[in-house]
Amino acid sequence: MREALNSALDEEMSADPKVFLMGEEVGEYQGAYKISKGLLEKYGPERVLDTPITEAGFAGIGVGAAYYGLKPVVEFMTFNFSMQAIDHIINSAAKSNYMSAGQMSVPIVFRGPNGAAAGVGAQHSQCYASWYASCPGLKVLSPYSSEDARGLLKAAIRDPDPVVFLENELLYGESFPVSDEVLDSSFCLPIGKAKIERKGKDVTITAFSKMVGYALKAAEILEKEGIDAEVINLRSIRPLDRSTINASVRKTNRLITVEEGASVVEESFAYLDAPVERIAGADIPMPYAANLERMAVPQVEDIVRAAKRACYRVVPLAAAA
Amino acid sequence: MATAFSPSKFAAQPFPLNTTSQNNPLTIPTTASPFLGSTRKLIRLSSSSNLNLRRRSGTVVKENKSQSTPNLLITKEEGLELYEDMVLGRAFEDKCAQMYYDRKMFGFVHLYNGQEAVSTGFIKLLKQQDFIVCTYRDHVQALSKGVSARAILSELLGKATGCCRGQGGSMHIFSREHNMLGGFAFIGEGIPIGTGAAFRSKYKRKVLKEADCDHVTLAFFGDGTCNNGQFYECLNMAALWKLPIVFVVENNLWAIGMSHLRATSVPPIHKKGPAFGMPGVHVDGMDVLKVREVAKEAIGRARRAEGPTLVECETYRFRGHSLADPDKLRDPAEKAHYAARDPITALKKCLIDNSLASEADLKAIDKKIDEVVEEAVEFAEESPVPPKSQLHENVFADPKGFGIGPDGRYRCEEPKFAEGTALD
Repeated sequence: MREALNSALDEEMSADPKVFLMGEEVGEYQGAYKISKGLLEKYGPERVLDTPITEAGFAGIGVGAAYYGLKPVVEFMTFNFSMQAIDHIINSAAKSNYMSAGQMSVPIVFRGPNGAAAGVGAQHSQCYASWYASCPGLKVLSPYSSEDARGLLKAAIRDPDPVVFLENELLYGESFPVSDEVLDSSFCLPIGKAKIERKGKDVTITAFSKMVGYALKAAEILEKEGIDAEVINLRSIRPLDRSTINASVRKTNRLITVEEGASVVEESFAYLDAPVERIAGADIPMPYAANLERMAVPQVEDIVRAAKRACYRVVPLAAAA
Repeated sequence: MATAFSPSKFAAQPFPLNTTSQNNPLTIPTTASPFLGSTRKLIRLSSSSNLNLRRRSGTVVKENKSQSTPNLLITKEEGLELYEDMVLGRAFEDKCAQMYYDRKMFGFVHLYNGQEAVSTGFIKLLKQQDFIVCTYRDHVQALSKGVSARAILSELLGKATGCCRGQGGSMHIFSREHNMLGGFAFIGEGIPIGTGAAFRSKYKRKVLKEADCDHVTLAFFGDGTCNNGQFYECLNMAALWKLPIVFVVENNLWAIGMSHLRATSVPPIHKKGPAFGMPGVHVDGMDVLKVREVAKEAIGRARRAEGPTLVECETYRFRGHSLADPDKLRDPAEKAHYAARDPITALKKCLIDNSLASEADLKAIDKKIDEVVEEAVEFAEESPVPPKSQLHENVFADPKGFGIGPDGRYRCEEPKFAEGTALD
């Protein structure tokens, strides 16, 4: 996967001079995990910036540079360190386009390894998928295979909105077969679409990143016992590809979500007697105008309606959640 | 002991220095006003006008002109422009207060009364393409930069005609047209954003080869921010990469109810500049002409790609932290002291004493500004609130970012998407 990420960065930087890479050890050290190997030599120190240890500062600088059309790729040595910069990822990158009513868009990518590696301890191991997935205004991607890595990183860099790109350290060294199409420099995957890695009919297993590998292995074991599992590689955690998940669950009636951290889609579809209804606030940052603000949070009438539906007083909604 | 802030001095020494006199910052020279907040006894001021050069502020460029009259610092046109800008800021903020107490305005409103000299002194020297970034106390800087009073007032009332369509509010004034980068509620947050805008100017020149891109960024923030980590991170990176930015500290001595002295180990903020390799300058922020002279140098430095500057403006806010702040902790004597140094009154006196303008000229400006503000109020009050369909707009630059819905289509393309029900 390392080559996949490196080649994606290389091609995007070559295609668009506004793309630049910023982070600790990305330049002379060739990248803490060697993802940016060779880029400093090719593009020079003005486009591959070694920063001091100032996550908050350089994440903010990235956002400010992105306001007017540069395309920064900000690398966090691990996403645990993004906690130091989370103010900028959430308060300025994710919210700016909304607060400024479209005047300041932020085409930035925050990338780095996420989740557990091997024995690196609590402060280097947390999975941030559900943290960032709860934040309106952000897109959150997580590749599993090399094809995912190339296609999604290219899509992320080209995307006009802030993207959090969660890689996995243990996958960097893994190799995956790729087709010629994937190697083409214009290859790009759509954001918001999941991939069915393995078709099945008895149970749906959704996962992302390293867990897809585990799910595929589990599917093999299940097959021997007569259970045909369908494995979905989410690829995009926010926005979630509800269409693919729903279609799959309607087919199999059973859903298992696999994730290192807390569940993203918590047993929404399992053991159902009635469709689960999730009542949530509107999926946006809190607007300022008073009438919009009222609309963005659940109101009593919404809760009453949902309760009636669950009690079969009203025709249920076709697709829950 | 007055020192000059001159570019040649900085060129010679890479570690230049703050230009104020004190070796011991905690003693107060008797001719100067007390700098250090209400916990110290006030010292009786000299009654002379603010515009006599004070020994402790870095002011005019050349020492040998220190006795010259302010006439040589500005022309009549410039003087009137500065006066009008400050009066606009004051009138606007006063109108906000009035509307707030009449319950026509809501939320958090932070007013700039008393600090107009800093905004006017700096921003009136900028070009349209230069950038500014502020904290939540951002109305007046936006006005100085050219955002119209009606757009800001509409924004404060949450109307669709506001500069951010009612989505930002008082603390988040953005204007792409005028290069106002916000408006941030988190006080340290704007500094890296401004540093990023400065980075972009340099990137455009060096990498994208746009040779005439010499745009400068000004970052405005307060004394409280100077204890925040992001401030230091950006001082370091701006100096390291020689970015075209000026860090403007509006030191009004108070961070809500926390006195600067109680919060800071080394109160003089300008001293932190040299520690990072940039000049640190202190200036009397109640005097628009002095601020303007310092600003000319700092902005010039940045434009010539000589790097950043840290400017500490000693100023004061006449009202509380926000309109909800009872403001009980500040000593009334301190408030009275600074009220007597009102920058608008001072400029008025200077213009009249030096025959640059007459009472009538200035009264005409006052009247004009009153009309502008009244018109802005009318416009804002008559403007519509945002439509329901606006709820989900602008979350992403590309609304496909909301993803694919249950039926396989992009959610933003569904007809009911914009109805904004609370169901997910």
